[in-house]
Amino acid sequence: MATAPIAVERPGPGWGPRALLRRFRSGDEIAHLVTLLIASSVILITSLLVYELWVNSALSRHKFGWAFFFTRVWDPIFEHFGALPFIYGTLVTSILGLLIAVPLGLGAAIFLAELAPPRVSDALTFVVELLAAVPSVIYGLLAIFTLVPLLREHVEPFLRATLGFLPFFRGPAYGVGFLAGGLVLAVMIVPFIISVSREVLLAVPADQREAALALGATRWEATWKAVVPFARAGILGSIFLALARALGETMAVTMVIGNNPQISASLFAPGYSIAAVIANEFTEATGDLYLAALIELALVLFVLTFILNGLARLLILLTTQRGTAHE
Amino acid sequence: MNFRSRWRKIVNAVMLTLTGLCALLAVSALFFILGYLVWHGGKALSGDFFTKLPKPVGEAGGGMANAIVGSAKLLLLASLIGLPIGFFSGVYLAEFGGRRFPFLVRYTTDLLNGVPSIVIGIFAYTIVVLPMRHFSTLAGGIALGIMMIPIAVRSTEEFLRAVPNSLREAAMALGASRWRTITTVVIPAAVRGIVTGVMLDLARVAGETAPLLFTAFSNRFWSPGWNQPTASLPVMIFTYAVAPYEDWHRQAWAAGLVLLGLVLLTNVAGRAILSRGMSVQRP
Repeated sequence: MATAPIAVERPGPGWGPRALLRRFRSGDEIAHLVTLLIASSVILITSLLVYELWVNSALSRHKFGWAFFFTRVWDPIFEHFGALPFIYGTLVTSILGLLIAVPLGLGAAIFLAELAPPRVSDALTFVVELLAAVPSVIYGLLAIFTLVPLLREHVEPFLRATLGFLPFFRGPAYGVGFLAGGLVLAVMIVPFIISVSREVLLAVPADQREAALALGATRWEATWKAVVPFARAGILGSIFLALARALGETMAVTMVIGNNPQISASLFAPGYSIAAVIANEFTEATGDLYLAALIELALVLFVLTFILNGLARLLILLTTQRGTAHE
Repeated sequence: MNFRSRWRKIVNAVMLTLTGLCALLAVSALFFILGYLVWHGGKALSGDFFTKLPKPVGEAGGGMANAIVGSAKLLLLASLIGLPIGFFSGVYLAEFGGRRFPFLVRYTTDLLNGVPSIVIGIFAYTIVVLPMRHFSTLAGGIALGIMMIPIAVRSTEEFLRAVPNSLREAAMALGASRWRTITTVVIPAAVRGIVTGVMLDLARVAGETAPLLFTAFSNRFWSPGWNQPTASLPVMIFTYAVAPYEDWHRQAWAAGLVLLGLVLLTNVAGRAILSRGMSVQRP
């Protein structure tokens, strides 16, 4: 419904010189041209962004090549740069965030879209939308003073005592580290998963769930076996969208991940993420190569989020179109 | 069979409760955040916060007046850059345009919307800070302005599209030109939605920190004009929160409370404008 072009016919007959003159006098073609030019500027800005990232990272791309992605060393003094610890940190925190946020967000979305009475659902959805508007630096601020001490004093010692036989839960409890980063990300992406999944679920045609209920399914069975499978692609899309957001999330992660470029199996250990190293070191980067390496990291981030967003949009479009095609 | 149907009922009840708990847990995060900030920020907030400059480390007191003004200036500049581009692009997408090019514009807009804010910061750094050779309010405003474009485009387009075609047809039947129809009929009919979009857009970039770190940078003093580095609330929160001083932490709480309050109020006010006496139904 939102994508159908508006079906108002253009006024004015044809493209003859007289007709053209009349069009220009009425201002229509000028308005068309001006808005077209402004709309093109969006494309121009985005292309310029890609170009600037590419050109300004040239130094680092030429010097390190593909090895940039497999090198564990990050040494600004001897100008040797490898992205592996940051890629690792970004992936670990994002995946950890997803593992917690997906079940939680999906459960809440199912509740809001399928089970809650409309008034409750509207009120809760409003709160979820507000939650999505909370700036990331606020999440970081809260996490530093609540989550990190909680992890250090209680959660991490507890995990070590009970699950310490696993390599993920070993080593000293610092509070800051992969675990803290992942948890903050989880809290931050839950609202996105909820609002996108909810919309996808609402796009599932009503006869889908009515048919299941008519066959004697319980509310839950109708939801889980008829509605959710129908919306599967869209839900996957919402997860990709959330993952893209988690990968690029900067402030909150920077504040709690510990800022130490190391690769460690233990989730308690301090780490570093791509966005965090850019945020922390960009203004202090002396030397062109250092700067280029940081900009190459930004390029990596851009490419990753670009791919994920594209996939997500495609999946969501598939589901919502299938939904409306049925009606 | 009896056992089986009872089992199904139990599963039903358990799962319904679980999903409800998920929703409750997610929603309670907002109340936790608000409560905690009001509790800690409220204690640290005073008149000084709004009127005084930051004090050097070790001296108690001081405020963030320069950061508040800095944030306002950055947002003003960002609006001047981002909103016109977004608005007119949205008009183009909704009212003009054929098939292919609008698709490209929409696609790029979505792409730009998905770019992490820190990457936008680097972009602004390369096009403004590098040539000028110093941090400035201008650079920060441009970074935030670019971030504002995608939402402005999409909300303008969406709300213009929601205006029924019969209005356009009626205006044209009276002999109005296309452009006149848009400016005097279509846009006024969608104005609430567009204002809502602008407010949500402002609320979103007001809290952005990452793009300001190496564009607007920070400043302990006032930043006259547009050509010097400036303090801003989000960057101050970041700097003060990660610093090891007790007094700075208190200031960070106060700044967090002010920032979150402004962001949420703008957000709620924007939505209220839309829902009250809406002239056009949202699609």
